[in-house]
Amino acid sequence: MGFREVGLSEQEYKHAIELMGREPNDLELELIGVMWSEHCSYKSTRPLLRTYPSKGRYVLQGQGENAGVVDMGEGWGFAFKVESHNHPSAVAPFQGAATGVGGIIRDIIAMGARPAVSMDGLFFGDPENRKTQNLAKGIVEGIGAYGNAVGVPIVGGKTFYSSSYNDNPLVNAFSAGFVRIDKMASSQTAKPGDYALLLGSKTGRDGIAGASFASRELDEDSRASKPQIQIGDPFEEKLLIECCMDLLDKNLIASMQDMGAAGILSSSSEIAHKSGCGIDIQVQKIPLREKDMAPWEIFLSESQERMLLIVEQEQIDAVFAMAKHYGLDCAIVGIMTDTHRYKVFKDEKLIADLPVGILGDAPEIYWTSQIPADIEERRALDLSGLKTCSPEKDLLSMIGCANGASKHRIWEQYDSMVQLHTIAGPGNPVAAVEVPETRRACLLTMEAEPFKCWTDPYSGACETMALSMRGLWAAGADILGMTNCLNFASPEYPEKFYELKECIRGLADTCRELDCPVVSGNVSLYNETAEGRIYPTPLVVTAGILTDRDQFLASGTARDGDILYLAGSLEGSLGASRYQEMKNGRPHGMTVSPDSEKEKKFRDRAVQTARSKAANSVRIISGGGLASALANEAIASDIGMEIAIEPETSLEALMFSEGGARAIYAVQPDKAHAFENIWKGFPIRCIGRIYGKVFEWNGKFSIPLDDIKTAFSCGANRDK
Amino acid sequence: MRTSVVVFPGSNCDRDVVRAVADTLKSHVDMIWHEEKDFPEKPDLVILPGGFSYGDYLRSGAMAARSPIIEAVRTHASAGGLLLGICNGFQVLTETKLLPGALLPNTSLTFICRKCHVRVEQTDNSFTAGFKAGTIVQFPIAHHEGLYFLPENELMELEKNRQVVFRYADPKSGESGEKYAPNGALNGIAGICNRQGNILGLMPHPERATIAHLNGGTDGVMFWNSIAKTFAERGAL
Repeated sequence: MGFREVGLSEQEYKHAIELMGREPNDLELELIGVMWSEHCSYKSTRPLLRTYPSKGRYVLQGQGENAGVVDMGEGWGFAFKVESHNHPSAVAPFQGAATGVGGIIRDIIAMGARPAVSMDGLFFGDPENRKTQNLAKGIVEGIGAYGNAVGVPIVGGKTFYSSSYNDNPLVNAFSAGFVRIDKMASSQTAKPGDYALLLGSKTGRDGIAGASFASRELDEDSRASKPQIQIGDPFEEKLLIECCMDLLDKNLIASMQDMGAAGILSSSSEIAHKSGCGIDIQVQKIPLREKDMAPWEIFLSESQERMLLIVEQEQIDAVFAMAKHYGLDCAIVGIMTDTHRYKVFKDEKLIADLPVGILGDAPEIYWTSQIPADIEERRALDLSGLKTCSPEKDLLSMIGCANGASKHRIWEQYDSMVQLHTIAGPGNPVAAVEVPETRRACLLTMEAEPFKCWTDPYSGACETMALSMRGLWAAGADILGMTNCLNFASPEYPEKFYELKECIRGLADTCRELDCPVVSGNVSLYNETAEGRIYPTPLVVTAGILTDRDQFLASGTARDGDILYLAGSLEGSLGASRYQEMKNGRPHGMTVSPDSEKEKKFRDRAVQTARSKAANSVRIISGGGLASALANEAIASDIGMEIAIEPETSLEALMFSEGGARAIYAVQPDKAHAFENIWKGFPIRCIGRIYGKVFEWNGKFSIPLDDIKTAFSCGANRDK
Repeated sequence: MRTSVVVFPGSNCDRDVVRAVADTLKSHVDMIWHEEKDFPEKPDLVILPGGFSYGDYLRSGAMAARSPIIEAVRTHASAGGLLLGICNGFQVLTETKLLPGALLPNTSLTFICRKCHVRVEQTDNSFTAGFKAGTIVQFPIAHHEGLYFLPENELMELEKNRQVVFRYADPKSGESGEKYAPNGALNGIAGICNRQGNILGLMPHPERATIAHLNGGTDGVMFWNSIAKTFAERGAL
């Protein structure tokens, strides 16, 4: 077998020989090939990811584990991570998306946490496109089928449409769970002499070498890649959750790791490497679903619903008894050693023998970066094409278009209330759940700004990150940390690598300046087909904490008679806004430049407003601009409003520009004075009031509230 | 008062029900694994919770209806003990024939999770005695198979015997019926009881409308209080 067949470059192969001191045999070569794939090794992005700030006062576990963990207070940790399942979902939408949900849930279990919430970032192609509709249907059903059965509520997410995702939809699955800090599990605590056990499903041929599949672009051959798609069984996963929770509760596990990409190989080699041990694995002891599987197939299989447990000898019987109680398969497959070698035996015969570090530390790649030749064209903005002839019609289009309209037809297919702890579920800008047995609340936002990251990767990423934090600040929360999923095209194109590098720089800078540690994440490259490449799509999920859930300032809770305030600049930028894209058919123009001093001023005042209950409702201005935020607030509060403001530059800029720290507040008149006091030192202005059943703009136009609601709720209904 | 919540493999609302009951009924609550052959302590109320028992792989509730614990559940109910099935628990009750009918896939062929209004159709059973008949309450739904079905003559019998306890309704007009059923249930049926009134099955989740600071409302509190009222009046069995 040649090194190219397993995806290694000549240079990488030579490096492997150097590390081994000899030529690897075929099995060893397969193992190295997969562990050094982009998907498993992050070899193209590790140098970039090191620039993320990883420390913070709430961080209990940063990058490098199955998921990050932050301190929620009162003895509770919160484990969270987002991960892509883009390639599988493009080929087999239902199973691809379903197993994405299952995979990320096992990452949370591996930290010892009970999975408590999920969210999904979905990026679909042109909504009018037949293919998009089929992909979207399968993906949404797959997420629902898995998430609903496994009993983890889907409390929010992000759905975004653009023709850039026509052939390469993105599915980013987020999950999180609560763990008592003294019960946290780890993949770094195995000791020589401990046994390695496989718990859960038997190993089959499904998903073999899925990791290498995800490390290249989608082509026509991908249609023939169905055997690489894993099949999910949420029932098995539910039993796995309950069994692992019981095992952890009784302190029966020394260390654990979920099985994701590259299955047994990656989980066992990671646990050995991170724990500073070696491992001997007996391949004939691995329970199989199919006959005659070759060792490389067994090691690379991505069969779902399996966990690797490291158990001390005295606890073995108790672990087997627990597995039996839940009707789960369990088998001893190996033993931890002090050799620092990864050894595979078949019927007593040694068939692979590698230094354990070789699998964990793929050589890094430094791709060439080059500013895209068309960057000036991307940044240029022709304002003349953006004039609004009918602001009323444009507003209805903005809130009725695929990106602006209600996504309830998607999220009503998900159980958002199971586990009985959802305070604010889907349809809200911020999701909120109870921290178990406390008055605390955990808040989450998920954001992505692909248009802005395409025209201006650095500022676009800064805006994405800041946006996710503004939502939490406005709700009253302190920021705990973030996790991110970096969806990009091939890094082998210098212009694409530039976008990746600049986006990461933007996220890193914003996180550093605004005190948000990055605790976990995932990178998905090669999101492209012969037809095109996706827009740079960094997706972030940021977590915040409220020590008292009663301090939660919601959106959509404006009341009759409230005064409407705008906090922040009157206008942002029309560049790469949804309005601009809708008018021009393609994103153009620069977004607002990042300004962390302004963000901090906004943060302090927004948090104080929530905690002192100076406002009834808040809504951050994001996609669709001020007018969309106002319309959304009217719909969610089920009440009309009268807006009285004059534009600075143009009506369309006032209504639809985006970017920067801006929010609208609904304030009870008797609290207006207190509210204005809080916001001293930051631009605010009164822009209208809440009343009636009509959305009225400065005498320029008025739309009955019912018409706005219809546009919002029926927009997503078109030809589904 | 003592409540037993049966836990099947794949149940996922078991812990939710335990919390709601413990919060409102001040009842002692046991969780009983499906492999038990009897209740360790005699319960007054048995609850079959929502979820996906056995993955719902054969037919919703079909496998659970053949679990070891089910014989004890039958014995409990035939002695007049209260038996409540919520969502998947309702499906288990129809599969065991403790309640008539079947729950078919929603007409949309999709899972539906949302707030939902139902009208309390009758109050002469052990579960809704505390309500005023005709009251409209909001209990969230979350299911894929919630279309209540019964052959026409049996359906007429069910209606005649006043076994329909909850019907999907429009909160504004107060009307109820099939056109307000999110799942296409015949006659808009959301919940039914047996003729003796000690077994109730319903698709909506009252436990999700119980904790005030959560997003499911609080109408479920009335439901649990209603059960408490039954107990206060008749005492333990």
